[in-house]
Amino acid sequence: MKLIVIGCGRVGSTIAKRFASEGWNVTAVDENESALSRLGENWTGGFIVGHGMDTVVLREAGIEEADAVVVSTDGDNTNLVIGQVAQKRFGIECTVVRILDPARADFYRERGLRTICPTSTAIDSLTEAVRSCDIPTVREEVKA
Amino acid sequence: MYVLIAGGGKAGANVMRTLLRHGHEATIIEQKRDRFERLESEFEHQAMQGDATELYTLEKAGVKRPPDLVLALTGDDEDNLVISQLAKEKYGVQKIIARVNDPRNQPHFDLLGISPTVCATSSILGLVEHEVPEHDLVHLLELRKENLEIVEVQIDKESPSAGKTVEKLRLPEGSRLISVMRDGTAEIAVGSTELKPGDQVLAILQPGKEDELRRILLKK
Repeated sequence: MKLIVIGCGRVGSTIAKRFASEGWNVTAVDENESALSRLGENWTGGFIVGHGMDTVVLREAGIEEADAVVVSTDGDNTNLVIGQVAQKRFGIECTVVRILDPARADFYRERGLRTICPTSTAIDSLTEAVRSCDIPTVREEVKA
Repeated sequence: MYVLIAGGGKAGANVMRTLLRHGHEATIIEQKRDRFERLESEFEHQAMQGDATELYTLEKAGVKRPPDLVLALTGDDEDNLVISQLAKEKYGVQKIIARVNDPRNQPHFDLLGISPTVCATSSILGLVEHEVPEHDLVHLLELRKENLEIVEVQIDKESPSAGKTVEKLRLPEGSRLISVMRDGTAEIAVGSTELKPGDQVLAILQPGKEDELRRILLKK
């Protein structure tokens, strides 16, 4: 199975390593050559320096043979465009896109793009964490 | 007319100024503080600071009315694409004009159905082509929606089409000659029009047929 990860920061590089360790053929794409170091010394997958909006770069990364694409650069709008290009131009059904803004994530999800919003996830987790605390209904100082 | 402009650089600010002068209503959104302050001192409450790719900002600027026209003129193509998509598909704006900063991103605008687009670099390249004599086929106009383009070719002595009438030319399917310019006057090209060396011929064709047309008209 072939995976392309566009945007090799903390999130992208960890995903790339995880799938590579499971035997996937993984190619990472990042604008900065220094991002290669995030993949570790033993990285045997592919690494392409270039912008993910550039279809020449995407082709070089092998998008035409990809089974899945993860888009995780640090720009929401960049991710939205790359995600739609992967999905619509190259027909990669399993295109997963990270979007930090919940409103844009929802809008594009409704339109059929698989958006993952870490902000919404954080809001849910934090809310849940507060709710799960054992807080006495009447506080001590109120009683006194 | 109510116009919403995203991006307050030179293009945005000048369009804004002109629209207001012509009596239209307009709002301009700019993200950068220093630029916004300059816009605010000129356009007052009609300038807004914010990220025009955020739904909240667009709604504050009145995108829900909706505007008659949205101009996506920021310096980032991905931002212009998202602004255009949101305006069109979420808020039902009927008319959108988007700026393309890097001509390599033009296919993305086409893919996502954002039209019309304006690209300064492509326009300059078109004009350069026009000035450089080696380009035997010059793109004059692209009609994106119609999937047609208008090109100009110059017939010379060696051209296989010189001395032939239009009806004798085996023009590629999906192409037509429009006019022939000779000695400063243009005439509509008809079947009996004979091409001569020195003629400047306008043709309309589907993009991608240029090479075939070039072969028929120009190559030995």
